[in-house]
Amino acid sequence: MPRRGDIEKILVIGSGPIVIGQAAEFDYSGAQACKVLLEEGYEVVLVNSNPATIMTDPEFATATYIEPLEPESVARVIERERPDALLPTLGGGTALNLARALTEDGTLARFGVELIGADYEAIQRAEDRLRFRDTMQAAGLAVPRSSVVASIAEGERALERVGLPAIVRPGFTMGGEGGGIARSHAEYRERVAEGLAASPIGQVLVEQSLIGWGEFELELMRDARDNVVVVCSIENVDPMGVHTGDSVTVAPQQTLSDAQYQRLRDQAKTVIRAVGVETGGSNIQFAVDPASGEIVVIEMNPRVSRSSALASKATGFPIAKIAARLAVGYALDEIDNDITRRTPASFEPAIDYVVVKWPRFAFEKFPGSDGALSTHMQSVGETMAIGRTFKQAFVKAMRSRELDLPVVAPADPAELLERLEISTPDRYELLLAALAGGVAEAEVCARTGIDPWFVAEIAALARGEDPEAGLARTFKAVDTCAAEFEAETPYYYSGFEAPGPEGPRHEVRRGERASVVILGSGPNRIGQGIEFDYCCVHAAMTVRASGRDAVMINCNPETVSTDYDTSDRLYFEPLTLTDVLGVIELERPEGVIVQFGGQTPLKLARELVDAGVPLLGTPVEAIDRAEDRPRFGRLCAELGLRTPAYATAESPQDALDAAERVGYPLLVRPSYVLGGRAMEICYSSDALADYLSRTGAGTPAGERGTIYLDRFLENAMELDVDALCDGEQVLIGGLMQHVEEAGIHSGDSACVIPPMSLGPDMLAQVRQATEQLALALGVVGLMNVQFAVRGEEELYVIEANPRASRTVPFVSKTVGVPLAKVACRLMLGERLRDLGLEERLGPGGPKGRHVAVKEAVLPFDRFPRADSLLGPEMKSTGEVMGVAADYPAAFGKAQAAAGATLPSAGAVFVSVTDYDKPSATQLAASLHDLGFRILATRGTAHAIRRLGVPAERLQKRGEGSPNVVDRIESGEVDLVINTPTGSGARADGYEIRRAAVARGIPCVTTMTGATAAQRAIVAMSRGPADLRSLQELHAEAAGHAEAAGHAEAAGTPKTPA
Amino acid sequence: MPASAYLLLEDGERFDGVAAGATGGESTGEVVFNTAMSGYQEAVTDPSYRGQIIIFTYPLIGNYGVSAAAQESDAVHARAVVMREGIDREDAFEAEGGWLTWLADCDVPAIAGVDTRALVRHIRERGAMRGGIFAGETAADDALERVLAEPTIDGRDLVAEVSPSEPTLLDADGSGPLLACIDTGIKGSIVSHLRSRGARLELHPYRTGAAELLERHPDAVFLANGPGDPGALDQVVDTVRELVGRVPVFGICLGHQLLCRAIGLETFKLPFGHHGANHPVKDLASGAIDITSQNHGYAVLGPGGERTIAGEDPVRWETDFGTAELSHLNLYDRTVEGLVLRDVAGATVQYHPEAGPGPHDAEHVFDSFLAMI
Ligand SMILES: Nc1ncnc2c1ncn2[C@@H]1O[C@H](COP(=O)(O)OP(=O)(O)O)[C@@H](O)[C@H]1O
Ligand SMILES: Nc1ncnc2c1ncn2[C@@H]1O[C@H](COP(=O)(O)OP(=O)(O)O)[C@@H](O)[C@H]1O
Ligand SMILES: [Mg+2]
Ligand SMILES: [Mg+2]
Repeated sequence: MPRRGDIEKILVIGSGPIVIGQAAEFDYSGAQACKVLLEEGYEVVLVNSNPATIMTDPEFATATYIEPLEPESVARVIERERPDALLPTLGGGTALNLARALTEDGTLARFGVELIGADYEAIQRAEDRLRFRDTMQAAGLAVPRSSVVASIAEGERALERVGLPAIVRPGFTMGGEGGGIARSHAEYRERVAEGLAASPIGQVLVEQSLIGWGEFELELMRDARDNVVVVCSIENVDPMGVHTGDSVTVAPQQTLSDAQYQRLRDQAKTVIRAVGVETGGSNIQFAVDPASGEIVVIEMNPRVSRSSALASKATGFPIAKIAARLAVGYALDEIDNDITRRTPASFEPAIDYVVVKWPRFAFEKFPGSDGALSTHMQSVGETMAIGRTFKQAFVKAMRSRELDLPVVAPADPAELLERLEISTPDRYELLLAALAGGVAEAEVCARTGIDPWFVAEIAALARGEDPEAGLARTFKAVDTCAAEFEAETPYYYSGFEAPGPEGPRHEVRRGERASVVILGSGPNRIGQGIEFDYCCVHAAMTVRASGRDAVMINCNPETVSTDYDTSDRLYFEPLTLTDVLGVIELERPEGVIVQFGGQTPLKLARELVDAGVPLLGTPVEAIDRAEDRPRFGRLCAELGLRTPAYATAESPQDALDAAERVGYPLLVRPSYVLGGRAMEICYSSDALADYLSRTGAGTPAGERGTIYLDRFLENAMELDVDALCDGEQVLIGGLMQHVEEAGIHSGDSACVIPPMSLGPDMLAQVRQATEQLALALGVVGLMNVQFAVRGEEELYVIEANPRASRTVPFVSKTVGVPLAKVACRLMLGERLRDLGLEERLGPGGPKGRHVAVKEAVLPFDRFPRADSLLGPEMKSTGEVMGVAADYPAAFGKAQAAAGATLPSAGAVFVSVTDYDKPSATQLAASLHDLGFRILATRGTAHAIRRLGVPAERLQKRGEGSPNVVDRIESGEVDLVINTPTGSGARADGYEIRRAAVARGIPCVTTMTGATAAQRAIVAMSRGPADLRSLQELHAEAAGHAEAAGHAEAAGTPKTPA
Repeated sequence: MPASAYLLLEDGERFDGVAAGATGGESTGEVVFNTAMSGYQEAVTDPSYRGQIIIFTYPLIGNYGVSAAAQESDAVHARAVVMREGIDREDAFEAEGGWLTWLADCDVPAIAGVDTRALVRHIRERGAMRGGIFAGETAADDALERVLAEPTIDGRDLVAEVSPSEPTLLDADGSGPLLACIDTGIKGSIVSHLRSRGARLELHPYRTGAAELLERHPDAVFLANGPGDPGALDQVVDTVRELVGRVPVFGICLGHQLLCRAIGLETFKLPFGHHGANHPVKDLASGAIDITSQNHGYAVLGPGGERTIAGEDPVRWETDFGTAELSHLNLYDRTVEGLVLRDVAGATVQYHPEAGPGPHDAEHVFDSFLAMI
């Protein structure tokens, strides 16, 4: 069957913000799909709320809508665009669930939109755990004993069938959210309750435990002619009981015999046919009893998934691309394998290397969470390594993780063994230590359930075997066919091999053209996410456009940067000095770009230069100057720029003394990390002493490096500026005003373009300060500066990052200028004055009248026991963008997109510090006028009543029940406004915030945030905000008259920040 | 520290590694590579690998040990084994022994630590060639002499080494159709697939004449897989010639090539053969694509003597036995993968529907064979 001619316009739904369980892999698959559909000559309409994605770049779709991924807003896009078809299989569970909702509410039927790539029934059969179980049994396949439960009572009955330990798994949630292992009856009741709450359909599956069985995944593709191929097999090194997303996994599978593997393959084909996925990719998970070989089906994802992205990178088989072609009518044998170019896609890749995927965790940021791995996913990113043997890939993956701190294993063997019993992020270090310490392999197997084969391989490493020693780094190609055919696609990795007579037998075809190496950002982690990959991809595009070869080095399988289509040569390698130098030695590049990959490449800059490697853009000298706190402080002083009083200390005592000079409150942190790790506000010397002892900062045993002490600016407004500089001229890309006050990490606070409450003088000051800094540092490319404004007049510089920042994609999409691309052109030698951007980025700012709000998305729902309070340490995993004609409307959209849709009616609970009471009472009054019921704790209630606004007083937790927490848990509250002071109140508020998060109720913890929310609620009451595509907005920003027409809108009010 | 060893190709290319398997073992043969990611034991015990040295492209070989169930015959037929890393464990539930230990017990030389990918790329570019595995201390020029002394596969009758000397009757008292098999080195999986479908199987020495076979009044004659060059088996070809038209004839792999030669078609040597478990083969009648197990160094030429089939039109050979039609096509390189005889009962496939090792996609081929009876 050839391309379908009966459809012209296709709607693609993205996966929204990066959250645990749904990350950058969906930008990779979505971007691939959009590219393919455009190539095939279709019009593509894209909806995605995540601005930090490549897929939302205007050139990836005919019309791009940055809107909340909710049925209502997608329906409005459908109504406006009238697509012929909806392709829902590339945006993860989010897109699939939306497709289901839009089918059920009749929207698709009403506008005659056809679902392609998946049909409603198949989605149901796969995602509804009950129907899936029945479908499998009908097809003669084994599934774990289980009962579907819709109430606590049913849960009790189910337990009798299933027994303890039991697995509780909510229906229709991502990454197993709300699920878990119940070992005791009490734990069981708790889990079932959590699960019922987490499941959008109030359904959980209670399942017989298969903990300790082997876990395997197969990635399949099926076309409309019922041809099925298995693209890749993936074996979890961590056995059943640890979510595949949190498991160290290996591809292809290692421990199954051919006979056993073929059984798995046969069953997988039965599953995909039984579920009835007509075309596209599916991920099928199995559990295998290591003792008997018994096979049990766990689940199937009838769509492109995290694992399929991994499989694509592991094999070179572009699953998403091909899924998109299949969805528009092609058959597998009508599609070329673009790696060989001469063989069709209807084959199964043959791998001649070993791939190891390693998850990246962030438990240290969520005190309170126990850090134990379970059946619900908790990792925030992953890294992949390719080696010629398992051992090579394993050690490579370990060094790809880029841990902030080395893992210290307990010396006491007994304690070691103890800790092996529960899987934790550091389990492999513990395992290595145990084995090195002489613990028997069998013992380790017994404790961990890890297959003896893997334990043996790891034991060899523990005994000091170095899989690289004595061998030569040899670059090999990933070619889908184990070298049976010539590979056209330059996708490389380094193996370690016995060299030939003329040295290592490299496969790289370097060509004659000059090349530029772009260093990626490694595994996603909190503080360094997809935004940086976005910048690296833009750099690659720009380098290619300049007629040079773009060479990408990165080790994150989720990303677009590690798509072999993105660069001229992709080296899938760890971002360590030696690995990078290994590539550079072969590439001999014209230059290396370290500015786009976040802190990861920046950390390498100095050593690279020392090794004689030419850097492009901002010189390393400038990088050091900006990164070194004291030197930067001096620079600001020279420039006459105010910075908060600060001091550095080398020891705890040192710190306590310095603190007296700086004055409290102050902000403490170790010197080296991104995302404000281990950063805290201390209001007293006791608090500081406590911090120092907890973190061990400054002590030799503790975190390396200096301690920084900054005077904490209370109640200051924070600004973020992204600027372009060519060494002579500076242009401001974007000037963002934070919604939350300074003290909430820039990555976690919402921000708005244009700034809402800065007078022209202050704006001018900010511009000038930015310009001074960029020129003084000698920035060539991008720079990000964070300012704090106190009162009307005082401007402080908080920090300057001589690199692309987290906000570059958001700003680029708002102002319609691709900042990273421009920066890259500057690094390649072009001058700002020749790029004609003054028009758009000059003091006049962009012409567009729209307002854009960025909101952070936080993972507290994944760490139920951690406090959801914001602070100077970054905690968000992703971001969304809300764009509209005015600030309140844009803010409302951003909230909805972030999953915290503001209520239009109901009850608001208010509990604020004395400092905030005045503004809180005003706010309560206006919410009351909008028809909200006001609930408050004693003090706040009292203050509100004084304004003549009725406020129901709720008891605090200590004051007996029913108290605030009970009322929130019982669903009587629709919005929580709770501001804590730096001191005691945090503890009180904790339970309130925890309850709100657990119930998914929007919970605002700052007054400025609350005011913005109240404004947004007012705006919403005036009806839905206007809807326009990014392409229209950019045309407007570029000043095109015709589009500018309907930009008129309610004047933008000021935030009282 | 294992002893050093090296692989030497007839063009002088040398790859170093360490000795594995039979201690001090040295051996020469035709060097071919297999891209399957599992099934190493099935491969080396497949009689079709007679006289060949197998390079496994998958780097880790031996992960799940060895077991009687995985034997394709009762002996190792590969001359030697080349691996990136050899593993000697028996953790898998079916495992009855370790791979390297077993190789040693079977006295099969092997070499590990070889940059197998570089080696495979060399062979892909230069074509399959002779080579040998030698102990580190063996002088390279002696080694080269021995490699060159190894006769080439072309025109060589390797079947003699794997065919039984006496006929065997399986399931004699069964009631299913009787298949007389010219046993040119039949794989265990083929036998069990036919038997599991109720067929009574007789395995005959490959030089058994047509008359003798027909005396058994078989419902069909089955031509098995086997090693080497179909061009070196004229006697078998003549026998088949006498059988076609008088009794249904089916063939797999070498059997396919022999039937094709019997009806007048030509075979040729592929540059480096098909040895793997991921080749897509299209059934031209149904349009269905099977992922197939493959193991052959020769293939059948098209009607115009072409090595690959262009276009989508039906492909027919006019033969002394009427029309033969192309039924299966290899989507990797568009070589002939099977045909049916239109005017007399007969059908063949080049690939291995029995898998062992490899995917089970094509098992239906056995049903369609038996359905023709
Ligand atoms: N019956 C079970 N016993 C033990 N562990 C299980 C069981 N079912 C699932 N798991 C574990 O939970 C993880 C998540 O379950 P899964 O069905 O894949 O949900 P998700 O939709 O989150 O991927 C699996 O990767 C597996 O490790
Ligand atoms: N002196 C200060 N006063 C008030 N808030 C501050 C101060 N310094 C930093 N912050 C807050 O802490 C956050 C993180 O600090 P920053 O220096 O930007 O670290 P990072 O390198 O993690 O971005 C800032 O976004 C800001 O909100
Ligand atoms: Mg899963
Ligand atoms: Mg910052």
